[in-house]
Amino acid sequence: MRDSKKEHYASFDDVDTKKIVTCPSCSSSIHRKRLEDELYVCPECGYHFKLTPAERIAQIADQNTFEEFAADLTSRNPIALKGYEAKVSQNQRDSDLKDAVVVGTCTIDGQETVMGIMSFQFMGGSMGSVVGEKITQALLQGADTNTPVILFTASGGARMQEGIFSLMQMAKTASAAALLEATATPLFIVLTHPTTGGVTASFAMLGDVIIAEPRALIGFAGPRVIEGTIGQQLPKDFQTAEFQQKRGFVDAIVHRKELRRTLSFLLSAHAKRGR
Amino acid sequence: MNEQDKNPQKDQIDKLFGELEQLAQQQQMDLGSDLSTLKAKMVPVLKNRETTACSPWDKVCLARHVQRPGSLEYINMMCDDFMELHGDRCYGDDTALIGGIGTIDGRAITFIGNQKGSNLKENIARNHGMGHPEGYRKALRLVQQAEKFNRPVVSFIDTSGAYPGLASEERGIGEAIARNLKEFSVLKVPVLCFIIGEGGSGGALGIGVGDKLYMLENAVYSVISPEGFASILLRDSSKAEEAANTMKITAEDLKEFGIIHDIIPEPVGGAHKDPQLVASHIKKIITRDLDILCSKPADRLVRYRIKKIRGIGHFNGAQSWWDQLLNIFQLTRALK
Ligand SMILES: [Zn+2]
Repeated sequence: MRDSKKEHYASFDDVDTKKIVTCPSCSSSIHRKRLEDELYVCPECGYHFKLTPAERIAQIADQNTFEEFAADLTSRNPIALKGYEAKVSQNQRDSDLKDAVVVGTCTIDGQETVMGIMSFQFMGGSMGSVVGEKITQALLQGADTNTPVILFTASGGARMQEGIFSLMQMAKTASAAALLEATATPLFIVLTHPTTGGVTASFAMLGDVIIAEPRALIGFAGPRVIEGTIGQQLPKDFQTAEFQQKRGFVDAIVHRKELRRTLSFLLSAHAKRGR
Repeated sequence: MNEQDKNPQKDQIDKLFGELEQLAQQQQMDLGSDLSTLKAKMVPVLKNRETTACSPWDKVCLARHVQRPGSLEYINMMCDDFMELHGDRCYGDDTALIGGIGTIDGRAITFIGNQKGSNLKENIARNHGMGHPEGYRKALRLVQQAEKFNRPVVSFIDTSGAYPGLASEERGIGEAIARNLKEFSVLKVPVLCFIIGEGGSGGALGIGVGDKLYMLENAVYSVISPEGFASILLRDSSKAEEAANTMKITAEDLKEFGIIHDIIPEPVGGAHKDPQLVASHIKKIITRDLDILCSKPADRLVRYRIKKIRGIGHFNGAQSWWDQLLNIFQLTRALK
């Protein structure tokens, strides 16, 4: 898991008090309104700011079509870890989310889809029982109704505060992906910055088509872990979307401005017309 | 289980004292009085031992013990015959993750397992049992081969984790583990998993999805190492012992959680004190389970496996999902 505090969230800042946003990549100052018009992509360097699920839905789904399900699921404290409940409550207050993923149904250019959007803002997008269950429900809803599933990932990995239960969510989501595949229903993954650990090693790498946002960090072990324990010099582009594409693990790197159109194309290309 | 199995500790100690006496005789040493004093002193300790288990951290140490028997050792002790099979047919052969075909009482079984070394040199050669993507892809190749020839699979888990290095990332360790989780969950032959030492995170789970999951008494299974947990959550990597004691990683914990099916007893001092005994316990379970599971129709086997995995989680607001799962099974069958 990574420390999320150092990262900048343009969209998480108070809109009224902070009209100017600093790009974490190139440090240029950008007017909030301008950034919003640019879909939260830095107009100077192309850095893709992290999005909240609500912002992602607004950018991708047809207006007012998103219907959330499994919205009431909340985490418990399976290994009775001191301070975990308080940490979850704090994150719920700060993010206005119940946990690190929102799932639901919507249309994109009129085409039905099941969509899941992870939020790095909520405990580093870590996958515990709630995230695992909601991703599983999204995948199985797709399988059950033969509706394509689109999942946006953003995660520091398994939520270790939930002990072995968090590890098991990897198996749970992956087995749900197996059932989705068995019903010949497509799964589209959009890897966003950052996607690592147990999410990378489960459903995030199981898409029929895997898209990544430009320069998103994508990997299994964190770069610091690798550098620290192995003492290896890492290439400059290590674990970027571009690195992953070069090595064959990402189908396409798609700029946020093209993302909706791309997903719409994929949905129509996989539509079951007179088969 | 018979009476003897219930108290392996006492048998072990009796055996040990017998050996000591024998040794003393051979060396013509007079240990008579010393030995009886020692015996007298050990009685309360032993009694204590039988009632109070060792701490989670003790188990972590035992699970990592350099002399602890590994996958190949158990396989060779249990099998009438075993042939190791190498390579992922794509990149190379990973010696940290072994596999092959063996027979137990004439029944052919595909074995896979993490493999550490039994000394420093071997440990370096086997990368301390930390698999690269090609290891996980070899495991997948072998279990899909097993499926093709209707052979059951036995998996031995013993790793601190998948290898966190440049080469691992370049060749897609995340993808390799993810694919295994997906494919193992719908494999049409029985899969029995045994955590024999360290069950470290995704590297363990990557060969750990099956119909039955067992743990040796002193094995541990965790989402992150106690050291990692300590440095991230306790902000002090030296607090590994404290971490281990809070993380709920022992066989007992996981049995209580319903994650594992059963605990396999070890002799006092750990599995390395009597590998043969532990191997015989494992062998008994393999034979018993495969007698049952091999007679089940493949689709029922997969259903039960999926149902078990689907139900794992601990949260507020759970709803029933069995009908949905049944419907999906119907759809899947219609497509075939
Ligand atoms: Zn910028």
